[in-house]
Amino acid sequence: MTVIQQIITVLVAGAATVLTRFLPFAAFRHGAPRYIRYLGDVLPGAVFGLLVVYCVKDVDVMGGYHGAPEAIGILITALSYLWRRDMLTSILAGTLSYMVLVNLVFV
Amino acid sequence: MTRPGTKTAAFKQALPLCVPIMAGFVFLGITCGVYSSSLGLPWWMPTLMSIAIFGGSAEFVVASMLPGAFDPLTAFLVVLVVQARHLFYGLSMLEPFRGMGKKKPYLIYAMCDESFSINYSAHVPASIDRGWFMTFVSLLNQGSWVVGCTLGGIFGSMIPLHVQGISFAMTALFVVIFMDQWLSEPSHASSLTGLAATALALMVFGPDSFLIPAMVLILVVVTAARAKLEPVYGDAGEAGDDSEGECA
Repeated sequence: MTVIQQIITVLVAGAATVLTRFLPFAAFRHGAPRYIRYLGDVLPGAVFGLLVVYCVKDVDVMGGYHGAPEAIGILITALSYLWRRDMLTSILAGTLSYMVLVNLVFV
Repeated sequence: MTRPGTKTAAFKQALPLCVPIMAGFVFLGITCGVYSSSLGLPWWMPTLMSIAIFGGSAEFVVASMLPGAFDPLTAFLVVLVVQARHLFYGLSMLEPFRGMGKKKPYLIYAMCDESFSINYSAHVPASIDRGWFMTFVSLLNQGSWVVGCTLGGIFGSMIPLHVQGISFAMTALFVVIFMDQWLSEPSHASSLTGLAATALALMVFGPDSFLIPAMVLILVVVTAARAKLEPVYGDAGEAGDDSEGECA
């Protein structure tokens, strides 16, 4: 993308966010339909599952190190979260381990 | 008319509640900014995103798309889905935001998960102006996010590009949010659907065009499973109890 296209993309993404924040005040003044409320309960899990897969979309499981650095990084992130239940600690632990792996181990 | 001291009192009420969140926002904002710079984006892009989008998860995803091909439709739909939970915050704030006048548009625009949680649940004494209290909560939280993202953008542009692996911060972030969701949900059907449907779409459509098919597939599956799944959630997830999810 050119810088102009990047700015347009950011503004479009901003419009989507603003839409989700303003819509209830415009459209659901008397409560949301039941189907919408159901989606509100059920979608967050699926969305974060989607985002996890999105993060590893470019990992080559057939070649290279077969995704080993990513698998180890995810494992360290997940286990440290189970242990400490602290979001920032786990992000730091996972990212630093992954950086060590790709810069020093799997080179 | 605002009496003198009204704003000060509201600010003093808001600040202690926001400090833990502000610390987290500065740190995560720096992470988001460094991540953006590691993709080769200009140093000010995280600042622009923190103002135009103001939603951590969405900003990470949008940043990851910016070096690729121009595809505003996918960006719009993905951010819509990622931010969909805000629809339910709005439902809970219809009443509290009533009569907020000029402050109302800002309060709605800046309603990230954390500001919603505080503004929805805080017990504000009658002597404190509720409108100014909520405005300061939103301003303090967003301000610290903008500062963090900007610092991250500047730091990040100083890190040599041959240092690899910083981009893993996004993976770690979403793994943590996914785990947090997993540990609190009454059924894992949706989380598993998200993983499986997206993996399937990735295999069929490839890494450049799988997001929209994945979202459609997820919507189809959870709609088809509604009769079974809806009773599982019951009233547990009514808007207002919804404190899970991260601004991040």
